Amino acid sequence: MTLQVENLTVYYQTLRGDVRALENATFNLADGEIMGLAGESGCGKTTLGHSLIILRPPMRFVGGQVTLDNEKLPVWDMEGMNSFRFKKISIIPQYAMNAMNPTRKIGKMTEELLRSRKVEIKAYMPELKRRLGLVKLPHETLNMYPIELSGGMKQRMVMVLSTLLNPTLLIADEITSALDVASQKAVVEMLVEFRNQGCCNSTIVITHDISILYQIADSILIMYAGQLAEKASTEVIMRAPRHPYTKLLISSLPTVGVKYSERHLKGIPGSPPLLLNPTIGCRFRERCPIAYEKCTEEPPFVEIEKGHFVACWKEFKTNARD
Amino acid sequence: MLEIDGISKVYKVGTFGGKELYAVSSVSFDIKDGEVVSLIGESGSGKTTIGKMILRLISISAGKIVFNGIDISNLKGGAMKEYYRRVQGVFQDPFSSYNPIFKADRVFRFIREEFFPEITMPEWNDKIDRSLRAVGLNPDQMLDKFPHQLSGGQLQRFLVARALLLDVQFLVADEIISMLDASTRIDVLNLLADLKTRGLSILFITHDLSLANYISEKAVILYRGCVAEMGAVEKIFDYPVHPYTQMLMVSVPRLDRKWDKGANVEKATPTLGPISGCVYYDRCPLAFDKCKERPMPVEVEKDHSVACWKAS
Repeated sequence: MTLQVENLTVYYQTLRGDVRALENATFNLADGEIMGLAGESGCGKTTLGHSLIILRPPMRFVGGQVTLDNEKLPVWDMEGMNSFRFKKISIIPQYAMNAMNPTRKIGKMTEELLRSRKVEIKAYMPELKRRLGLVKLPHETLNMYPIELSGGMKQRMVMVLSTLLNPTLLIADEITSALDVASQKAVVEMLVEFRNQGCCNSTIVITHDISILYQIADSILIMYAGQLAEKASTEVIMRAPRHPYTKLLISSLPTVGVKYSERHLKGIPGSPPLLLNPTIGCRFRERCPIAYEKCTEEPPFVEIEKGHFVACWKEFKTNARD
Repeated sequence: MLEIDGISKVYKVGTFGGKELYAVSSVSFDIKDGEVVSLIGESGSGKTTIGKMILRLISISAGKIVFNGIDISNLKGGAMKEYYRRVQGVFQDPFSSYNPIFKADRVFRFIREEFFPEITMPEWNDKIDRSLRAVGLNPDQMLDKFPHQLSGGQLQRFLVARALLLDVQFLVADEIISMLDASTRIDVLNLLADLKTRGLSILFITHDLSLANYISEKAVILYRGCVAEMGAVEKIFDYPVHPYTQMLMVSVPRLDRKWDKGANVEKATPTLGPISGCVYYDRCPLAFDKCKERPMPVEVEKDHSVACWKAS
């Protein structure tokens, strides 16, 4: 197990109280696993990703434990995490395309970045060039300014930068959302290639685009309103989901070949609850077609089959009967 | 209903505006009554520019746009206002279409002040009521609210309702669902498809091929400001002819099939100046000498035109 997260709870502090953006997240990530983290905007997926690497105020650590390679991560400690960041855990942030310093040539910036972690660029150069090759960028890129690259090229450059020191865990936050389909495909295929080549060990891919996850992820974790809803292998999530939210979400996705004139897709009625003082119990209950009395209690996230975790009372009930 | 005839948009760039950037170059297509046409392209392909030219938010550099027999490029004053009665747009970000310190229904009041000053208040409220119901919203719950109290999907439907208050015949929908969540986006999409049955024509601008396929009959594929392929959706999706379209089709992440290995990524940023050769030349696996001349869309079968020398 590369990563073990237990009961991780993170709130946002606001003047009106705590926004419960992430509650009791418990999951494991195996060696070399690419896990997709999906959900609607505001469901806490980015909060979960960021809480593993940098807990910036107003984010507040409430409880839980994170273990990476049998080492406990002091996620609540801004300073203490410094020895892990970039070396053991790295992130490709959302809008990474704008993350590069526009006044520095890319090579210069890479050099400064490496020096800040006490690595000399001279010794590292052959490896850097090899990695540029992996993402199909010419070596001259190092002598260019970020403005000279297109969006997809910048995104690929940032991928190289984020994985320079072979992190154990890489968090890719919405890396495809601003790209066209060809660049999307290139970027996520390179993510898999990086894993295969050992540039990073395990990867968490945060996205709202489930069709991308279907292409590359080994497993998918679905979140809803700050709680984990379901985690299973990609095939199981796509073909045999158990949580009612996952079922509705998957069935609302338009795929190539589905036409309005032939088949009407349906959305999920209602909207997610506010996370400021949310109701106790299952947070999907108000939109759930099969909710019943028991749902006013919070369902635990339980393994119902090997590697398949679900948080739904109805599912436990049908399972118990079998 | 709307004919686009060889329009171009040229921007002056560089120091002192000495260089020219062709954002859109000689694009022609038409949209008939009650038809949904998807304009598909990656970022920077000029799809939004075309939408803005139709709405006259920016000027047209060359070519003309004809709406119901009238050339709109030189409309002024009253005629322009008449045009806006018939043609309206809805844009990508519903949150920035509203002023956050005023209530959301202020957008309706503007329409009344601008276009219907003679209507009485009860009549007007009735009209708002009907148009909100037409977009699937309950007026009792929606009116008198601030933008932050409504969800993105609701705000977006509000804007469509605003357009319906006018006697719209043509709607430019520019990426209107890309900011919405999976669970709500499909409702907005279904709404558009329903409006079509009321005789509305829609230009649906998107980069998502599966959405385009879901609601439209006709599609126009743009690449770097030029039409690569256009025609009936089934023909383009099932038998793409242009190498760019073919590449798009295999790159779309699908839920029923996994990707083949290998992606065709762009190698260079676009050059300035008038477009001389095929814009896809530097990425095209089939490129040959002839491709240094620019191909124009040619009909390869009924309802299916392709701009590629290899195809014609």
